[in-house]
Amino acid sequence: MSTAILRATAADLGARIAAGELTSVEVTTAFLDQIERVDGEVNAFLHVDRAWTLAQAEAVDARLATGENLGPLAGVPIAVKDIFCTQGVPTTCGSKILEGWLPPYDATVITRLREAGLVILGKTNMDEFAMGSSTENSAYKITGNPWALDRIPGGSGGGSAAALASFEAPLALGTDTGGSIRQPAAVTASVGVKPTYGGTSRYGVVAMASSLDQPGPCGRTVLDTALLHEVICGHDPMDSTSIDAPVPPVVEAARSGDVRGLRIGVVTELGGEGYAPGVELRFREALAALEAEGAEIVEVSCPHFSYALGAYYLIMPSEVSSNLARFDAMRYGLRVGDDGVNSVEEVMRLTRGAGFGDEVKRRIIIGTYALSSGYYDAYYGSAQKVRTLIARDFDAAFEQVDVLVSPSTPTTAFKRGERTSDPLAMYKADLCTIPSNMAGNASASFPCGLAPEDGLPVGFQVMAPPLADDRLYRVGAALERALDTARGHTLLDELAESPAGAYLNVVEA
Amino acid sequence: MDDLLTYGEALERFDPVLGLEVHVELNTASKMFCGCTNHFGSEPNTNTCPVCLGLPGSLPALNGKAVESAIRLGLALGCSIAPRCRFARKNYFYPDMTKDFQTSQYDEPIAFEGVVEVEVEGQTFRIEIERAHMEEDAGKLVHQGTSGRIHGADYSLVDYNRAGTPLVEIVTKPIRGTGTLAPQVAKAYVDYVRDTVLALGVSDAKMEQGSLRCDANVSLMPKGSDVLGTRTETKNVNSLRSIEAALTYEIRRQGAVLAEGGRVIQETRMWHEEGYTTAGRSKEQAEDYRYFPEPDLVPIVADAEWVERLRATLPEPPAERRRRLQADWGFTDLEFRDVVNGGALDAVADTVAAGCPPQAARKWWTAELARRANEAGVDLAALGVTPTQVARVQALIDEGTLTDSLARKVFDYLLAGESDPDAIVAAHSLAVVSDEGALSAAVDAAIAADPGTAQRVREGKVQAAGALIGAVMKSMRGQADASRVRELVMGRLQP
Repeated sequence: MSTAILRATAADLGARIAAGELTSVEVTTAFLDQIERVDGEVNAFLHVDRAWTLAQAEAVDARLATGENLGPLAGVPIAVKDIFCTQGVPTTCGSKILEGWLPPYDATVITRLREAGLVILGKTNMDEFAMGSSTENSAYKITGNPWALDRIPGGSGGGSAAALASFEAPLALGTDTGGSIRQPAAVTASVGVKPTYGGTSRYGVVAMASSLDQPGPCGRTVLDTALLHEVICGHDPMDSTSIDAPVPPVVEAARSGDVRGLRIGVVTELGGEGYAPGVELRFREALAALEAEGAEIVEVSCPHFSYALGAYYLIMPSEVSSNLARFDAMRYGLRVGDDGVNSVEEVMRLTRGAGFGDEVKRRIIIGTYALSSGYYDAYYGSAQKVRTLIARDFDAAFEQVDVLVSPSTPTTAFKRGERTSDPLAMYKADLCTIPSNMAGNASASFPCGLAPEDGLPVGFQVMAPPLADDRLYRVGAALERALDTARGHTLLDELAESPAGAYLNVVEA
Repeated sequence: MDDLLTYGEALERFDPVLGLEVHVELNTASKMFCGCTNHFGSEPNTNTCPVCLGLPGSLPALNGKAVESAIRLGLALGCSIAPRCRFARKNYFYPDMTKDFQTSQYDEPIAFEGVVEVEVEGQTFRIEIERAHMEEDAGKLVHQGTSGRIHGADYSLVDYNRAGTPLVEIVTKPIRGTGTLAPQVAKAYVDYVRDTVLALGVSDAKMEQGSLRCDANVSLMPKGSDVLGTRTETKNVNSLRSIEAALTYEIRRQGAVLAEGGRVIQETRMWHEEGYTTAGRSKEQAEDYRYFPEPDLVPIVADAEWVERLRATLPEPPAERRRRLQADWGFTDLEFRDVVNGGALDAVADTVAAGCPPQAARKWWTAELARRANEAGVDLAALGVTPTQVARVQALIDEGTLTDSLARKVFDYLLAGESDPDAIVAAHSLAVVSDEGALSAAVDAAIAADPGTAQRVREGKVQAAGALIGAVMKSMRGQADASRVRELVMGRLQP
């Protein structure tokens, strides 16, 4: 029973709860038990409070019992990245500087989850302030990739991706500034979507780089992710950059998966040298599968994508240096050296020295430098010009094709510790994902197979024009259907049933 | 203490150049980027929320009313309005800053290139405005300790009620050619801005509460030179009078420094009401605020149609209004200046509008009522007597129902909380007695009661009649027309 719940899709769980076959408490308990069983090894969660979570499930069951219609995901539990403010519940962003802080308010996305009857299982681990591609920059713990615990689960949303892949949660929330939803999805064989910038409210999401950050849905299937997308997206007056337009028909697209006549452009610049052979192989197979489903595949050049990474590492740290200034020991969070003798500046210096990790400090320093007088034009100014050129590349490409595609990441999950001393190697994990953050268009990663050389998941990235998020789901659903049909099961089922996944204990006895 | 030249000496050798930065706190109902109440004087830290406290995750949402006020103020100062402009972040650390950056405007102010004219001693000065931009105010530090100042404080408390209050900062271009009138021109300009802001109704513009603040920059150029000198920026100037005094002081101080061959240090100076400035933060090393466009706010788009609609709501410019009123009322320059300086312009205008002759309105507001407001220690507007009441009292005088001294008694009752002058006259029997019989009887009684004085009047000592008239007025409890009483007394004693 419990195993069936853990392996079920969110759509299925929601339907069975709505039909009265299951209660939210039963479903939620199954996932809380799984967290208790395996999270000691996976380390996906930073904060779980069983009583708090079960109280939410009971409340949803009570609402459903009155006949209230809460939508298709009512009663389904969800893991939330620790960057979303949750009222009265610890929100650390993986940083020591926010240890013990209890936000007095809920992020808009959290409010929407509650209104739709979703049940928050806990807060998931992440790179400190979402800065990283391996979740190794968390100040609290190192999360393992459920496919191979000594490998990274991606980052910054490694906790959310690992929770999905280890069957600790059927749904999860992430945020994507340069790939923090898509890259973890790629290396764990889950689905991750970065909606169009402005599609999801950022209110209550602790900011890393405001012009790039975008919250989004994560799931184990395309439909589950689309259902969550529909719950969390939509206009919010509390976020000035939120788009006042209807949410694209993502659920319909995920159910249809019809790609007949769809023009798919393969980005020339995102492939070739530096890409693992297994990644290239599975990517090409996926293209063939989509072609077989009726899509038309063409090659498209986006010449300025090659400059995206460099420009990103100027714009992002510039905004980081300003956004993280508020962590000054004055009002909340950590305070070090407040001995009645030290000056305000000294307490601030000691607190930030102790409370921020190396990567955060590195980006604050780079950003402060890039914005300083005399350097602004050369760094921030030039990077903004590159950003405009990247957006123009997308515009030109979308005149020829309906979506663009590439591998989600150049390689599969690397080993823990492998790139921690080489920031540039770490940054390259986001090579393919960054252009969509720079331009603000919609983008997603879908599982497309296991690389033959290491047996680890490969992600297939789809990029769609702004506000055409539904096209992501259309392609994702087609791919899922074609690959799973050919394979006879999903990739995560394969993990669950394999010896490597035995510790997950999600196979019917 | 600083060495000072006399003002005359300083102006003989140097030409002052002014630069004025005026901060206007807008009186919108809510703050600039959140729904919190925008109110001065609430309990500390009660008008706050995650946004104005800058909590992690919070985002600004722009108050459209503040933008409207800024555009109207810009238009009233003769500025052009940017069709599209952005906010920028000004990055610096200070405990009263919740985000450790201030959301302001940098290279794209909402209003720019304005010009206003002020008059001082019959001369007109043209003051060019470089820009008027929008920004948020910071919180407020309250230093605890015996001194009340940051030096010597035991600790400091922060009140974030003010954090996020919408501000418009108006910056002039360098103002040259004012000569000895520089401090007065500065005062007249700030007064002009204050009048404009009040006429627009966009701010309370109370300098003593900080809702209108002025940073006064001044530098000196040797006579005949064209090279700008090093300027200082004087802060903590909390009244119009202080602007004049602080600039006079700085001109004398800088003059003394330069006269001795010294170098003026570029710095902020703090004005002290005792009559001097002291050195504040040095600005020799330009602070790097690392401005960049605010990514959390979309650009403000002010289309021409909206701007024109706002332009149509502008009140008559204060200077034009004054010229019109003085002409309408036929006041001399001196009379009109008394009205303006006494803060009675609106009161007089409203009283005249209620039917009162202008001279009478002027007399009541600048003399009797001004004295009473002064005694009560309140503004004329807060005295509690309305222009309609004043107009009615004057009408009663003109009809012969009241004398000036009876009218003063009516004001006593008005100030005590009664509201209808006619009802006061009736209830307290204040009307002039016009019954000749009663008056004659009182005159006869007074003469009978003081035969000695009566005799002296009969003998030609006309001045002595005053005592008899006084006695009659007293017995009539003031409710008689003194000139009629005089006629009756003299009729009896010097027929």
